[in-house]
This record gives sequence, C-alpha cells and structure tokens, in this order.
Amino acid sequence: MRTSIILKTPLKNEEIAKLKAGDSVSISGVIYSFRDAAHKKLIDLIIQKKPLPFNLSGQIVYYMGPSPAKPGAVIGAAGPTTSSRMDVYTQYLLEQGLAGMIGKGSRSMEVKQALKKYKAVYFAAIGGAGAYLSQRIKKAEVIAFSDFGPEAIRRLEVENFPAIVINDIFGGDLYQQTREKYKL
Amino acid sequence: MERRIIEVGKITEAVRNLCQEANTQLPPDVIAKLKQASLKEESSLGKEVFSQLLENAEISSQSKIPLCQDTGLVVVFVELGQEINLIGGSFYDAINEGVRQGYKQGYLRNSVLSCPLERENTNDNTPAIIHTEITSGDKLKITIVPKGGGSENSSGMCMLTPADGIRGIKQFVLQQIESAGANPCPPIIVGIGIGGNFEKVAFLAKKALLREIGEPNKNRSYAELEEELLCEINNLGIGPQGLGGRITALAVHIEAYPCHIASLPVAVNIQCHASRHKEIIF
Ligand code: SF4
Repeated sequence: MRTSIILKTPLKNEEIAKLKAGDSVSISGVIYSFRDAAHKKLIDLIIQKKPLPFNLSGQIVYYMGPSPAKPGAVIGAAGPTTSSRMDVYTQYLLEQGLAGMIGKGSRSMEVKQALKKYKAVYFAAIGGAGAYLSQRIKKAEVIAFSDFGPEAIRRLEVENFPAIVINDIFGGDLYQQTREKYKL
Repeated sequence: MERRIIEVGKITEAVRNLCQEANTQLPPDVIAKLKQASLKEESSLGKEVFSQLLENAEISSQSKIPLCQDTGLVVVFVELGQEINLIGGSFYDAINEGVRQGYKQGYLRNSVLSCPLERENTNDNTPAIIHTEITSGDKLKITIVPKGGGSENSSGMCMLTPADGIRGIKQFVLQQIESAGANPCPPIIVGIGIGGNFEKVAFLAKKALLREIGEPNKNRSYAELEEELLCEINNLGIGPQGLGGRITALAVHIEAYPCHIASLPVAVNIQCHASRHKEIIF
C-alpha cells in the first residue's frame, strides 16, 4: 500500500502547498457534498450577493449525490460523480475560499488555472466504489436545499476518506502525466 | 395450440427483485475479469484501484449498500415469445411498477427526471427504457440493466462513410475513449455497434454490453476487430480510474447489422466497471 498524507479539514494554506499531483491522501473532518443542482443555486445566491448556507473558506466539496440511507445507516452508497459538469461553477466557489474538491475525471483549462490562482486542489476518489467509500462517512446531515433529494447539500463527517491529488497548485496534472507515462 | 398465459403481476414482482439484486451483486463474470485484469496491471495506483473495486463488490453484496450511488436509469431488454398471452394489465406498466417498488424497497437512488429541460425528479426512478423483441416460442426473458450517467455521457455515435472503413471505425472509437478519460470510471467495457442505421446502431452498441464479458463475437472478423481494438484502447495508457496504467478496458464487444450502401454507422456505448445486469426467464 502507498502511504497516505493525513489531511484534516478545514485545510490550511501550508498543507495545500505541500500537496503534489499523485499524492494519496486520507481526509478526516467535515466535508460538504453537493453536485449540479446545488451548484447552480449557490452561484445564483453568490451573484445576487445573498448569504450562503455555509462558510466555504478552507472547505472541501465532494461532488456526490448519495443513494438513500437504509434505516440505521449513516448514508447509502457515496462515490464521486463526474467533475467536469461542475467546471462552469467552480471559479465562483474558489473566490469564496473553497480549498478543495473531490470528484472524478479531468477539469477544464479554466479550472486548472483557477486552482493555481486561488491555491486550491482537486482530488479524485474511486468512481463506482460507492459502498466502500460510504463506510468512511461517519455522519451525514442535509443542511440546505433538501427539496433536491440526492442533490441537496450535505455536511459529512468523514474518517480516513481516501483520495488522490489530481491537480495541485503548481499546475501538476496527474491524469495527463500518467497517461503520457503509460501510452504505448 | 394453447397459448401460454403469464400474469403481469409476476413481472412486477420479478423486476422489483432484479433491480435490487442488480444494484448490489456484481455479476461473477465481471468479478472474475477484474481479478484477472488486476494481475496484468503494472501501475501500483492501478492495482490499488482494482483491490478497492473488488472490496467494494464484497461490501455491497454483504451489506446490500448499492455498488455505486448512481443506481442508474433502468434499461430493460425483453424477449417476448409470440405464443405468450400476457394478462392482468399493461405489460409496460407492470415493468415500471417493478422498478418503482424495487428502487423504493432497495433504497436505491432516484435518478430520473420527468422533463429534460424542467429537470424535476419523478421520485420513483421511472420510467424505464424498455426494448422489446418478439421471438418465436413461449419463453419470456427480461434483462435489467441499471445504467449510470457517467459512462452513458461518454458514449457517442457517428455516421461514417463507406470509404472510412475499419480505419475510420477504430479512429472514432479511440477518440471517444480518449476524450472520456476518467469520466466513465475505467476499467470500462466497450460496446460497439456497426451498421444498421442511425437508431439501430446505438441499440446494437448497448446490446453488445449484455454479452458475457470478453466472449468474442461469433463472426471471426468481428472477433479479430474486438481483439485489436481492446489492445489499442489499452495502449492509450488511461488506466484504472484514468490514473494511468495498462488496463483501460476489460473487454470490447461488437454487434453488427446489415446497412445501406451509402452508410457506415458506428456507435460506442461505454459501460463502467459497475456493469450491472440481471435476467430472468419465465
Ligand atoms: S460511471 Fe458507473 S461506476 Fe462510475 S459513477 Fe457512474 S454508474 Fe457509478
């Protein structure tokens, strides 16, 4: 097993600056999950200069819409969704101090540049490992837009949540680097 | 001859169970293929991905937490024997009722919107997409395929010209997979349709995914093309989860059909490793 860098949220600038594309990390603390619909609504609030349901500074958003929790369970399956759909919204959240994102798949040029500018990182979790990842979530609570169902904003408490740094603040891009390495 | 009678209530019951089983039990052929592929993977990160995916399948089958939170839009393939008489209500309503009950009982995610523009959730994962084929005889076969959005969004079709030939087909398939990258959760299974017409080719690509994983096309030249494409796809280096490595695809399945003298339609339907399908025969 590769060794993982331990991260606790909210992330500090010094911690973010140490992360490099290809690092495995293990995240503990509070993260927030939401996806397409909640992004659209949050950005509307930001544009209208209205208050947001939570403070984004130093936080991590997990692009994820879980399956429903069974009775007695914290959450259902909880793996990442495709990040590129969130590209158009990302800059707005970074301006509010968002420090990290967890998803799957590559980001647009604009997002990669914004990560350098705003000193934020993009992580990937294993797509389709929804049952496995759900076990790292110890608490889950809908904190906004509950009418969106799976797309509501959730506050999650995670323990040793595994992820990999894809884009760091220096322009490193793991997807690109490794593809070149293994291309025949 | 007497017609065989099937009560549609039985179909609801079967679909209800199939939806739940499909979402929590990765088929044995997929598990075996993942194990086999993980031995071939050279990247250490890639190997880790395989072990997480296998562990995921185990947790899911034991705890009945779905394999993936995207429990999909339900695609239903029906082969209906022409000597069957369905009674007790509408056949399609019975299938949709099964989906409704299965998704509720199984705590599966509702991912279907009533209108693509208004985007309001139907809250019961219906309607399913149902393909019916009338066959001879008196058997009824129903296959349930919950299909996730990530891999479906990475799929595509193209009306090539006859001059493009095999080279054009390969180029299109490779381009499609290269641009999808990590989005469809590699390792993937690649369903390819060749021939037919505009709508038929997409259907063929999806149908190709139903085949047991890695089972070659019965026609030699298509089987060879499957092998060549699998090799060329894996040479792209995308790797498990796009993190680089030897295994991007687990298998390539081609389905072909006669086509017009002016056309060479081709379609690629990408299936993620969470290749969920379950069938029942009445
Ligand atoms: S592509 Fe497949 S494995 Fe990945 S999130 Fe979608 S349904 Fe799940």
